[in-house]
Amino acid sequence: MIDGLLIGSVYGLAAMGLSLIWGVMDVINLTHGAVIALGMFGMYILFTALHLNAYLLLLPIIAMGLVFGTLVYWTSVHWVIGRPQLSSLLSTFAVNMIIIGAGTAIWSTSPYNVNFSVPGFTVGLYTFTGNHMAAAAAAVIIALALELFLYRTRPGKAIRAVADNREAAELMGISSTTVLALAFAIGIALAAASGALVSTLFPFTILSGGAYQLKSFVVTVLAGLGRPLGALAAGLLLGLLEGAVTPFIAVSWIPLIEFGLFVIVLVVFPKGIFAKATA
Amino acid sequence: MKRIALNALFVVALLLSSGFAQNINIGFTVSKTGALNVDSLEQYRGFELWRDQVNAGGGVKAGGKSYKVQFVGNYDDESNVKRVQQLYTRMILQDNADFLFSPYSSSLTATAAIVTEQYGKIMLTSGSAEGKTYTLGNHYLFQMFAPGTEYLKFVLDMLKAKDPKATVAFVYEDAPFSVSVVNPGKAYAQQLGFNVVFSEAYAPNTTDFSAIIDKVIAAKPTVLIGGGHYPDGSTLARQLYNHKVNLKMITLLVAPDSPQWSELGDAAAGVIVPSQWEPQTSFKAEYGPSGADFAKAYTAKYNVPPSYESAGGYACGLILQRAIEQAGSTDTAKVATALNATDITTFYGKTKFATTPGEHGLQIGHSMVLAQWQKNKSGNLVKQVVWPLAAKSADLVYPIR
Repeated sequence: MIDGLLIGSVYGLAAMGLSLIWGVMDVINLTHGAVIALGMFGMYILFTALHLNAYLLLLPIIAMGLVFGTLVYWTSVHWVIGRPQLSSLLSTFAVNMIIIGAGTAIWSTSPYNVNFSVPGFTVGLYTFTGNHMAAAAAAVIIALALELFLYRTRPGKAIRAVADNREAAELMGISSTTVLALAFAIGIALAAASGALVSTLFPFTILSGGAYQLKSFVVTVLAGLGRPLGALAAGLLLGLLEGAVTPFIAVSWIPLIEFGLFVIVLVVFPKGIFAKATA
Repeated sequence: MKRIALNALFVVALLLSSGFAQNINIGFTVSKTGALNVDSLEQYRGFELWRDQVNAGGGVKAGGKSYKVQFVGNYDDESNVKRVQQLYTRMILQDNADFLFSPYSSSLTATAAIVTEQYGKIMLTSGSAEGKTYTLGNHYLFQMFAPGTEYLKFVLDMLKAKDPKATVAFVYEDAPFSVSVVNPGKAYAQQLGFNVVFSEAYAPNTTDFSAIIDKVIAAKPTVLIGGGHYPDGSTLARQLYNHKVNLKMITLLVAPDSPQWSELGDAAAGVIVPSQWEPQTSFKAEYGPSGADFAKAYTAKYNVPPSYESAGGYACGLILQRAIEQAGSTDTAKVATALNATDITTFYGKTKFATTPGEHGLQIGHSMVLAQWQKNKSGNLVKQVVWPLAAKSADLVYPIR
């Protein structure tokens, strides 16, 4: 159960990026999974080259994520904003395929590991690994930082303004293009950061992002769009659910339960369970 | 015109200078990408070393002719069943493969076998232990690995000798190979009187074992048996170690046989693997190189010691080569007859195929060993043969933690 909560915070972090982009610009970012995988490989490369503390390396990975996100925004997202959703789906899917294709060529689809471990602690027969706890802590800190950014800083407020009503925001003198690029870059950086954290827990391949992308969809639907702390809470809920049901059923049934939940939430709370309370 | 004539002359000269009358085209796919990559690559290296050594020695000699071994295809099957189906068809129809070797793993081989059998082509299978494929009435399929039912026999026999009161948990990949190994293993464990306290299969792409590990801890086994292939097996071992699960013995399939296993560090120590072959096993080879010569040539070429996948790959080539020589021809029917009559010991051990219609091609000559990763005096991890006692290179370490 505790393991579930810890991993849940990482799911939450992954979903925040998807949720932010979806909420602000109405783009379902299908590069999400590929960027998570890039975050994993970013961590692997930096860690094997520098041998620094893996959590310190999150900072350069977030920075690279911002740069990469801006690049992707200007090359493939900017032109399809405001068009039917299918255009942005196709365009981000194309970028996704490019990343996965290039990644497969460079790293093949073989598994990689980041050999970094933080000592854990033991309660009775059960041991909680330090990596899980540190990853959860890092995810919570990043989520809080994003929340502060969105609600306490000018650019953050501008992002929210554009998300609420783009035309009104432009009338107030906010350059919506810059804001959209910023939001997209932040979304990508969050995905990369969550990938980097996952890479300290489990082995990964260039295709590993797909599973987290699916979980991100579940979390985003649970949380409602554009709410970072909501996404974190929904991530924790998903992790908790995984942890709570596994003692009673075979682990292979978990995806069925998760996606069953996904459908139920879509039907019963189409705006997300957390969104309903605040709307 | 002059240039064309010159080019033609050059090609003719090239053909003549090779000294081979004809080529033998052998087709197979390699999992260059995907989950089976590590083990598949090792198998491929076995094929490749055999080809290079045979050609350097003047090729396969049959019926007074020398044949040069040539690989056709060598495509990437992406560890994917669908690709195997397409590519084996392609190698037979377009690339003119005379004989085929199997892809790596039981599930890919089962698919390839449908294609090769449909076109009446001989396929020697390596890296594929599941026995069910051989009960389907195939005529041209020949298995080099001891079948899946053999994998856990020695493990449980050894455990019975060492600790008859052990309680056992089975945690294994939900894939044809591991299921074909664990099901008879479970039955045999119960037959020997062991208490099987937990058994669960996990999805092949599992990376997070914490939920299963929590269940294992709750069931309090003293011994864990399971795994599947490299990615899941190595991750399971690492997470068992990180969660400090109190086990006296861990036996995992396939993954610990790879030289790469030592990269897991302390998590690797003590883990046992049922193995088709180890460099320490010394069979008196009636045909082909000795085990030591094979291991030496392999290590010189690839800078890593051979795993049993590599040995199985090389042995595939060797047994096919001998069958072609015995048949005196590359004709499929004649070579199949020679393979049916095969009963020989090579560096890899004994090879004999079942010829009864109900299990034609099943390996019935080869026997397995158990290897355990142990720390040597200088603290380095090395793989030692611990069972059967007659073949051991070191004593079993039990309990491991």
